[in-house]
Amino acid sequence: MRDLLSYLTQRFFWMLLTLWVVYTFSFILMRSVPGNPFSSERNVPPAIERQLEARYNLDAPPLTQYIDYLVGIVTRFDLGWCIRLEDYSVNQVLAEGLPVSASLAIFAMVFAIILGVSTGVVSAVYRGTYADIGMRTAAVLGIAIPNFVLAGLAILLFVFGIKIFPAGGWGTLRQVALPALCLGAPIAAYIARLTRTGMLEVLTKDHVRTAFAKGLPKRTVIMKHVLPGAMLPVVSYLGPATARVLTGSLVLEQIFALPGLGSHFIHAALQRDYTLATGMVLTYTVILFVMNTLVDISYSIIDPRVKLQ
Amino acid sequence: MNTGKDDRDVKLLEQILDESKQVQGVSLWQDAWKRLRRNKAAMASMATLCILGILAFLTPLLPLQSPIDKDLNNRRFLPPSLETVVMGQRDGLKFKDGRLTAQLAKFEDEIGELRTKQRSESDPDKRDAIDEQIENRIEVEHPFNQLWNELDSVSWGLCELRVSIFGDYAIPSIFGTDQLGRDLLARVFWGARVSLIVGIVATLVSLIIGVSYGATAGYFGGIVDTIMMRIVDVLYSIPFFFVVILIMTFLGDDAIKKRMNEIGIDQIMVFYVVIGAIYWLTMSRVVRGQVLSLKEEQFVESARTVGASSSRIIFRHLVPNVLGIVIVYLTLTIPSVMLFEAFLSFLGMGVSPPDVSWGLLLKDGVDALSSVKLFWWVVVFPGAALAATLFALNFLGDGLRDALDPRMKNRD
Repeated sequence: MRDLLSYLTQRFFWMLLTLWVVYTFSFILMRSVPGNPFSSERNVPPAIERQLEARYNLDAPPLTQYIDYLVGIVTRFDLGWCIRLEDYSVNQVLAEGLPVSASLAIFAMVFAIILGVSTGVVSAVYRGTYADIGMRTAAVLGIAIPNFVLAGLAILLFVFGIKIFPAGGWGTLRQVALPALCLGAPIAAYIARLTRTGMLEVLTKDHVRTAFAKGLPKRTVIMKHVLPGAMLPVVSYLGPATARVLTGSLVLEQIFALPGLGSHFIHAALQRDYTLATGMVLTYTVILFVMNTLVDISYSIIDPRVKLQ
Repeated sequence: MNTGKDDRDVKLLEQILDESKQVQGVSLWQDAWKRLRRNKAAMASMATLCILGILAFLTPLLPLQSPIDKDLNNRRFLPPSLETVVMGQRDGLKFKDGRLTAQLAKFEDEIGELRTKQRSESDPDKRDAIDEQIENRIEVEHPFNQLWNELDSVSWGLCELRVSIFGDYAIPSIFGTDQLGRDLLARVFWGARVSLIVGIVATLVSLIIGVSYGATAGYFGGIVDTIMMRIVDVLYSIPFFFVVILIMTFLGDDAIKKRMNEIGIDQIMVFYVVIGAIYWLTMSRVVRGQVLSLKEEQFVESARTVGASSSRIIFRHLVPNVLGIVIVYLTLTIPSVMLFEAFLSFLGMGVSPPDVSWGLLLKDGVDALSSVKLFWWVVVFPGAALAATLFALNFLGDGLRDALDPRMKNRD
């Protein structure tokens, strides 16, 4: 327990450090754009420009801006106002977009894990059969085809071809299903490969042979003795998988017109909404960090030999 | 008696010596190559990639249609067809006889006339004026500049060769045309050039940074290693995809663009470097791990004894020894870099028109999907090209890893 606590404190410290690096980097980037965010627009009267600058705290010297912004984030979790979206604070945008992106990501992950692990197990148990070869080919294809190509093909097939899914929008399960499937597919393919390799390795172990020898049914041996050992690489892949889901959601939210964080982020980037983009990068950093920490902890629970450090 | 025994001994020894001379040592590379050759999938991938690379390099030489010539009236979203196409047939180009060769001859005649006129001119000012005029006309009116986008000198030469070989012939639009009436086949080929170059250059950048960083950290060890690897840890937990988008946003700002143009930096060049600069992390970890174990070996010790400097030991003695694993990671990094480029271009933040890359083509394709009619070819062909390349690279990478893995040595 004390291990866990000190581990968490340590991770927290590193997270703060990383966030500070990201913050400083994006602040410098923002401020090194010549002029201010409004100077490129149609002639703004000087009075209004002064007002705008005052509102976004752009009239202060850079160092004061840096500190004010940082203090606002640390003490009030206040990421400031969006530059382009009128009358929206960054926090509001995050609050609106996060549920959408989170549910998409969770659906995609659950789908990827279920599909990946089950095909991996089948393919390892029936090694060398046509089922195995078919699944391995599918897995390689799944890894090689980028998910926006997959999304394009899926739209062709399921939206315009067979017409079982709507083309976009948000709210119902049917609207979530297709983007989540496209988002999860490459990860499922990767998990299937990891599971298969892990299973094959554990299947040759002594304890599995013993289990078979004492007459346990195949199903029990595989579910109880092989699968847990084979899951370790899969669990450690979940951290990078989260990162992939996050990046993938950027594209898929664009394609399926979902009002999630990803499409807001792309919008912010294309419109040069620096405060919104910075706020989002910070949020993504936190999400990734938390996910990686969770993965590490669960890893040490599954495999007691692994020490948290 | 004794001499006979000696003779026999000598013979025996000579025989053994001969035999031992025939035995050849198998180096790591020979061994790896032997194993790689047995892996059919990897060899097929390698062949595919070589052909792809050659075709991409020779694209200007191939009888393809123009990748940038738009025809909004007659050729929008044509499905794949075998209808013959003549270079320069579009009315809007106003080519003589609607043929590239005829126009080219006409244009060169005109330029030739100007040049004779320039030669006969005695006033140097007027001569310079005509010179400028010629340059302007070439830039705007030369048929090559109307049909292709900013050819470099090699491509220009290849294009001339192509015209002299194939004349006005062009491959029909077997991949169909896109929403602006441009030939998709030509665009896929020209896009391959950009996508492959991004993959290779960015990977090389990551290679240089990663190997020198990792080797330095591993070689010096101790506090240097700890600090350097801690930095890598911090960088690892930054969601780079988003940071890169932030950087690309920053670079896309008009004021920054202008300033970069003044210094003479291309946006696409910065793009390569930025991508390369984030993909070195894994490479540096891998190299460091290898170097940590290698530096205890005797050859490092002896190099140090004869007074070799640290940088010489790192780059002449340690780096060549980690080359195997580096090559494996290289083949696995190229596909992820290409995918990343496709992602960014897809989002409108990477390669910008009139340059073309596979990611950009896919973006156009997916955009066209939302229309009422099914223009499947605009997605399927660029997607297939990208997927096939990534597929081959992944296979080759896996094959190389198996082949270069010392644990696999002399097995199967």
